[in-house]
Amino acid sequence: MAGRDITASGSRATDGRPRLEAVSPRYGEKAIFALLALCAAISVATTLAIVISLIVPSIGFFGEVPFADFLFGTDWAPTFADATFGVLPIVVGTLTVTAWALLVAIPVGLLTAIYMAEYAPTRVRRVVKPVLEVLEGMPTVAIGLFALYFARPLLEDIFPFLPWGGPFAVGVAGIAVGLMIVPLVSSVADDAMRSVPAGLREGAYALGATKMKVSARVVFPAAISGIVAAIVLAASRAIGETMVVLLAAGATPQLVAPWDFTESIQTMTAFIGTTATGDIATGTITYDTIFAVGALLFVMTLAMNMLAIRLVRRFREVYE
Amino acid sequence: MAVDPGLPGAARTQLAVAGARATTAAALNRKGSGPRVQEGLFLALLLLAVGFALAGLAALLVWSFVEGLPRLDANLFTQGPSSLHPETAGFRTAILGSVYVIGGVIALIVPLGVGAAIYLEEYADKTRWWNRFIELNVQNLAGVPSIVYGILGLAFIVRGPLDIGFVAAAGSMTLALLVLPTVILAAREAIRAVPPSIREGALALGATQWQTVRRQVLPAAIPGILTGIILGVARAIGEAAPLLLVGAVTFVTVNPSLFEGRFTTLPVQIFNYAGRPQEVFHELAAAGVIVMLVVLLAMNSFAIWLRNHYEKKLS
Repeated sequence: MAGRDITASGSRATDGRPRLEAVSPRYGEKAIFALLALCAAISVATTLAIVISLIVPSIGFFGEVPFADFLFGTDWAPTFADATFGVLPIVVGTLTVTAWALLVAIPVGLLTAIYMAEYAPTRVRRVVKPVLEVLEGMPTVAIGLFALYFARPLLEDIFPFLPWGGPFAVGVAGIAVGLMIVPLVSSVADDAMRSVPAGLREGAYALGATKMKVSARVVFPAAISGIVAAIVLAASRAIGETMVVLLAAGATPQLVAPWDFTESIQTMTAFIGTTATGDIATGTITYDTIFAVGALLFVMTLAMNMLAIRLVRRFREVYE
Repeated sequence: MAVDPGLPGAARTQLAVAGARATTAAALNRKGSGPRVQEGLFLALLLLAVGFALAGLAALLVWSFVEGLPRLDANLFTQGPSSLHPETAGFRTAILGSVYVIGGVIALIVPLGVGAAIYLEEYADKTRWWNRFIELNVQNLAGVPSIVYGILGLAFIVRGPLDIGFVAAAGSMTLALLVLPTVILAAREAIRAVPPSIREGALALGATQWQTVRRQVLPAAIPGILTGIILGVARAIGEAAPLLLVGAVTFVTVNPSLFEGRFTTLPVQIFNYAGRPQEVFHELAAAGVIVMLVVLLAMNSFAIWLRNHYEKKLS
């Protein structure tokens, strides 16, 4: 940027004009530049290391298990003596938890965002926003504990007609994850709605629209790319959530219908979390399975995050 | 409706005025409370949603407190885990483990996070593809699931190239990589908020770029950077999933150290207690949650205070 231009250019002056180049070569400045660039390069190295650490064991894994068997098989028992590697049950388990979570987080999060962006007086905003941030920063293990020993008995009291079985229920885990991602949805959607130009609102008011009409028919559609980004980010967070599902959803890798609220299931993250805790030997197929599932998880969340980043950039570009 | 062009001008004007009047009257004197009821219902719905989120948080806090209160005593801090005497078991080794791990995290993320943020905001030439790539990369890393960082830690830090084994330092490094993107993004925001005139003034007086950054930009951005670091550390304190993969789940009864021996941390120990069937361990887990929440809420309040204080000073 500017600093380097001053020291680098304007030097070759031999025709009597004053020399503008730096008096000293300033090696210190260059060393600092290199050091700072190195700090930034660590993030690239991290990504590279993640990709390498996922791909190398996955290659070993897919050398033994055919790719199609992994992706479309419906039997997940990788640690059994007679091992099967159909990943579908834990993928469906993950998606079921995510669906229940979004069912809670989308309405609650978006309505909260509309309130915060359009209705809330500044004083209310100053209080509610930090409180929501506290919820966002809540340790997931605390939410899992809460889901298992508070939310589950409570929901069993409210809906006694559901077929409650053991201590674990996919729906309870989903709702707990949903509560956890509400602040994420509301803060990103709130940002998007607040960046809608005031002119659009004023125009609608001038035509006689009520506040609800302005919020729902003008601001909401104008902020739609940010709102979609909020939902995609939240879904990605729900897919990657580990501790809540480990505690509240159980460890039974089985295919369940999306409406089986009270079944125990296993998610991809829960599989990694339970399997990798033991001292499993490197080079075994069980060890490699962790990385294959991790690679699948990484690809799914990466695709969603890229989409969300693109969408957020779009609304920032349109209005700034 | 076509107006007969044969009508005299005055009559045509009269007709137009009458029409306009009728339309306005229809729009303004619409009796009935339809829209107003709708408005009220909509606001009620919004408040219900906000209330749900706040009630969820309140229930979590109150329940943890009520459930864990009986176990909130000195044993919690002085005793290690025990299956034989669950009624006096505590979190001593877990709390110490957390202190070690978080100490390592702070030592890593402060220089790396601030350095990367300074590079991206003050030095990087945004027209170069690699700088844009680094930026996109940081944003992407912020969304990678925490358990994937655990896999990275297992493959690269515990085993593989670094090969330091299942020790607290491996936990520190894994968590540091996990929260780095958060810290970098927050520190960049803070640095970007420093008015360009401050930089231009310093450069015009002959300061080098580093002198400008060091003596002008950083001091002005410190509150924002500190907020980002606090939020990053708060996240690291509560994180358990990646630590499960780098060895922090075992039943640790001796005090940990940074580079040798197994370790555990507070959230991992809470998870361990929570998974046991006996009721007494659930209370213990809830008591651990209280300890964790008190620390986190204190850090959060400090970050909010810092932000408000700073905002007032600027305006």
